[in-house]
This record gives sequence, C-alpha cells and structure tokens, in this order.
Amino acid sequence: MNEPVLNGIALTEKDRRDPLLRPGNSNCGGCGMSNLMQMFRRAAADHELKMVVPACCAAVTGGTFPQSAFGIPTIMSTFASAASVASGLAAVAQLNGEGTRIVCLAGDGGTYDIGMGTLSAAAERNEDILYICYDNEIYGNTGGQRSSATPAGAATTSTPSGKREIKKDILGIMAAHRIPYAASISLAHGDDTLRKLQYALDTRGFRFLHVLSPCPTGWKSEPAMGIELVRLAVRSGLFPVFEIFDGERYVINVEPDFSAEALMMYLSLQRRFRNTGVTEESLQPNIERYWNYLRLMSGRIVPARRDV
Amino acid sequence: MSVELFSANHAAALAATFAGRANRTARGFCSGVYPITPSTECMEYLCGQKIEKGRVIRVDSEHNAMGVCIGASAAGARSFTTTSSNGLAYMVENCAAAAGYRLPIVMSIANRTLGPPWNIWADHGDSLLLRDLGWLQFYSADNQEVFDTVLCAFRLAEDPRVLMPALCCMDGFILSHTMAQVEIPTQDQVDRFLPSTEVPQRLDKTAHTLGQMELPYQSAAHRAQHHRAMRGAREVYAEVQDAFEEIFGRRPADPLVAYRAEDAETLIVSMGTLGVTAERVVDLLREQGQAVGSVRVRMFRPLPDADLRKLFAGKKRVAVLDRDVSLGFGGVLWGEVRGFADPAAIVQSYMIGVAGGDVRPEHMLDLLAELEQSHEAGAPRIVEVA
Repeated sequence: MNEPVLNGIALTEKDRRDPLLRPGNSNCGGCGMSNLMQMFRRAAADHELKMVVPACCAAVTGGTFPQSAFGIPTIMSTFASAASVASGLAAVAQLNGEGTRIVCLAGDGGTYDIGMGTLSAAAERNEDILYICYDNEIYGNTGGQRSSATPAGAATTSTPSGKREIKKDILGIMAAHRIPYAASISLAHGDDTLRKLQYALDTRGFRFLHVLSPCPTGWKSEPAMGIELVRLAVRSGLFPVFEIFDGERYVINVEPDFSAEALMMYLSLQRRFRNTGVTEESLQPNIERYWNYLRLMSGRIVPARRDV
Repeated sequence: MSVELFSANHAAALAATFAGRANRTARGFCSGVYPITPSTECMEYLCGQKIEKGRVIRVDSEHNAMGVCIGASAAGARSFTTTSSNGLAYMVENCAAAAGYRLPIVMSIANRTLGPPWNIWADHGDSLLLRDLGWLQFYSADNQEVFDTVLCAFRLAEDPRVLMPALCCMDGFILSHTMAQVEIPTQDQVDRFLPSTEVPQRLDKTAHTLGQMELPYQSAAHRAQHHRAMRGAREVYAEVQDAFEEIFGRRPADPLVAYRAEDAETLIVSMGTLGVTAERVVDLLREQGQAVGSVRVRMFRPLPDADLRKLFAGKKRVAVLDRDVSLGFGGVLWGEVRGFADPAAIVQSYMIGVAGGDVRPEHMLDLLAELEQSHEAGAPRIVEVA
C-alpha cells in the first residue's frame, strides 16, 4: 500500500502569515474541514481566491460579524445557491480579466441534497468554479441528521436506529456531467491531497472535489482519531481515492488492501455504527461491487469472482 | 431620442441593456435569467442583446437566477433579472438574501397570480410577497413608465445612501405584452445618467465576509440602517428625477400620481394599471359634477406616507382599490394607507381585478356609487368581475 508522507511540505510562508482558516474559528476539535482548509491554503498559496459558503458548518466557522476567521474574501450564500452565486462571481471575474479562482466550500447537505440542482446546472454550464464538498456524511450544522451522503447503517438524530439507504454516488453523478475534473480526496494522504487541490486550481471549467471529512460530533468518535478513520476508510475500500478526467478517464490513486481488520476498526472506532446491525460482512458486497465498477472504468483488471 | 413601439417586457429589457452597457468602464454587467410567463419575453430580449462586457447566464431556476445576480453584484457588477408569480415565490429566499447583503440588483416583475390553481393573469400578490424584505418597489401604469422606472431604479438602488435591491412591477399581459410607443434615449444619454456601479461591500481583495453570522444586537443595528436608508430613498428619488429630467428632457413620474385630487371629496387610490382606469372614471364623474379624484401609488416601498397624508386631508370618502387580497384581512394597499385619512373619513377596501379580472370603468362606477351612499366603511369587499 502506497501511502506517501507530506513530502517535506510544511507550513508555507503564506500559510503562516495569512491562513485560510484563522485562529478564532468555531470548528469543533478534529473537524476534517479544518484540515482541508489548511491544506487548501498550502495548495493555493500563489492563487487569488474568492470563496462561496452556503449554509453548513463552514457558515458558522467564520464566527460573528465584523470579525471573520476566513483569510479570503467570502460570501455566505443561501443553502441551495452556492454554485449559482459562484457562477455570478466567476462571470464577473472573467469579464474583468481577473485570474481569481472562485471556490465553493459546501457540506454534504448543500451538495448531495438541497443544492443538487444548482450544482448540476453549474456543472452542465461548465462554469469556471472549483466546488469542494467536505462530506461529514451528516447535517453537522443542525446537530447531525441523515443526508443522502449518510452511509447505510449509520445512526443519526433523524435515523436513530441506523439509515437504511446506501450513500449517493456523488462522483458518478459529477462524472455524468463530463466536467473537466472530479476527484475524491483522502485527508490521510497529504501528497495526493495537495496534488489534487493544485491540479483543480490550475484547471479551467467546473471542477469537483469530494473530501471525506471526519466529524467527531456526528460520528461519535475521538477528535484525535479523525485522520486515522479516513485512512481506515481508504484501506478498507469503503472510500475509494480516485480522479475522473472529462467524466470518462478514471484513475485510481490509492490501492486499498480491503482488509476486514481495517473495516472492523473503522466501524468500531465510531459509535454511530453501534447497535444498527451494520457489520463488516454486510458492507463487503457493496464495496466489492463498487470497486469492480471502478476497475472497469479505470481500465484495470477486474478480479475473477470466486462465487460465479 | 427616438420613439418606437415596444411591449413593456421589451422596454424593461432594453432599459436593462442600456444600463448594462453603461457600466462597461467599470465592473460590467451580469444577469441570471429563467423563463416564466408573462415575464419570459423580457429575459428573451435580454438574451438576444449584445452587451459589451456583459453576460447573461441561463440558469436552472429562479432561485438561482437571483443567486447569479447576488454573485455578480457581490463582485461589483450591475445586475438585473426578471420574473413573475411562482418564480418570484421560488426566488424569495434569495430575494431576502439580496436585500440583506444590500446589493443594488434591479428586477422587473410582470405581476401574475400565484398558483395553483394555475392562473397566468395579473395580480399584485406575487410582488407584495416582498413587501417586508427591504426591496424598493415601483408599480407602473404604462410602457414608458416601465422603461423609465428601470433606469431610475438602477440609479436609486446604486446610490450610496440607498444601496438596496429594487423591484419594477408591471401588470402581467395588460402591460407586459401590450405594444405602445416608448421614447428611447441614446446610449450616450444613459451613460451620463447611470454612473459606474460602486458596491462598496463588494468582494475584492480584503478578507471580509459578506452575510456571515451576527449577534442579535448587530442584526438589529443592520435592520435599523436598512430601515433608515429605505425611508431616505424617498428624498433620493427626487434627485434621481432631477437628474433624469436634466439628461432626457422630461420628468419621470412621481412616487404618487395624483389626478384631479386636490379639490376632490372622494378619492380613488390604486396601483398599476388600475390607476389608468380610475383616471378615466374620474373624468366621467367630473362631467357629472362629482368631486372625485385619483391617486396612483407608484412607489410602494418606501411608501410616501407624508405625501399621502397631505393628499388624504379633507377627503370624505376614499375607495382603495387593490389587485391583491391579503386573505382574511383585505387589500394590502388599503391596510397600508387607511391610517392616513381623516378620522371621520370613510376608507373602504375594494379588491378588484383580483387574479386578472378585466376591470372596466363601469365596475369602478358601481363601487363608487355604493361608496357615495355609505355612512360608514363596510368590511373589505372583493368585487368579482367577469
């Protein structure tokens, strides 16, 4: 298993002086979005950015007026309009010949659910926007209810005995729009994360990044275990790390070992999967099915199935 | 200046096009649009125009049409959109946001009944949904007024003392699809009338956050600021009229259009095209020696309350005509203006032409005859017209 370390990239000068997420923000300890934003500043050190944040955890992260914990110009949009507000910003930047990168930072609710139409429309128009979805698999901002990003078997405040339906395939949906770039990001794989963020910043047109974002509050996990949980999700094959170019060229970036041990660790380190009946065995068929699909799409060899 | 035949929808779109081109030396023009009857023609016309340093984005819903306008305006551009009825209702969340950000977006509304049951005809109930959101609101009675109002709305909305979005309403089909002569200025004149858009709070290089969370006392202070700015817009509009007159050689309509009202004992108060019919009724009754006058409320927000109070002084009977119903209450305009009349006056609420009924002079003559016989105001009454 190839798991590179942060190849000597420590805090950049820009990161130290002008972080994307400043001290005083209101994120919970162990929030994956905090890690993401600091990684993003490293990737975007040379870019001028403007950010659109719909209603989500990030909408309260900035703190209260007139101070802001965000180190870049930011507009808080309504829940369903991040991609359209960003379209307006991007159009005016283009009219004025500015190289400003317009970035949406949205949770899974604003992406998978209420903002889906907006997102799809902006992708269809191929607007010059980088859309980043930090997916904590829950409506974290409202106390942790199920969203269509919540995986089957996870208990939430609105599905106390565990969600029944499987997680929506957001990258498949984005790929179907034939956008120039879509990728999933594992925060446990720093080099890969930085490379993708940089690539997405340098690409023009609609780009979509899907980030698994640990949420200690919703996942009922230890804040210090967040990155480890992402690593386990990747190892077990539960969270595939791959990228899609132009909606058709799939590249798998991290090869999981599909170990039952990793899956067991992933489930047992979070209380949201307790008493909901989800087991390693019940998850395996879905993991296998999705990986066969990914291998097919990426042109890799699909392993023969023993039961056929 | 040329005179051409235009529908009100096209007149609004042409005015927006002029306004968009006028901002080419600044941040440009950007508009998000989505079709809905009867405002569709307006967005179609806009999509067919070449605007130097401008872009029209054909979005997936009205909610996002306003979303694009918010983004464009937050980036400092001039922004315009148009909608009607359910489209406006779908857009309301972002309309509240646009007002909250204090962005000078201008929107043309072809008024139409909210459905279901589906009805595509005129009713002011859609734009009145925005009554309390902090948008400037104008109601026009002819195509020239629609054209002038859009230009004036940009100048008023973008004034640093005002800085808030503006709504330019026209009655669906009655105006939106009716061709009439409109005086069209030159681009050069519009350039002089509409200086570059400045959105002081626009997202530039400093790391400030627009629309973030506030504590109650901060929100209250912002509401108070917005409220003061809205009240002050009445004075600023007079300056806008002066500037308009200086450049275009004629004066755009006042916030209140009074017709033979000064010496009247009975007053008809209305908005939009109802006012035109009311003026004809006034002429008819004046011929019969009755002291009747009309007041058309063109600027609904901010409501020119002091002027209304002056106009209402000494009037014995006031018929307030609404093309809308606040269900269980009465006409919205009636609710707004009844307090301005003398305590002894009879201020009667008539809701007429609701959901697009065709209002003819005889309808108004009937209700005025009834009012003349009344000794006190009755309950608000919906006048059903065939």
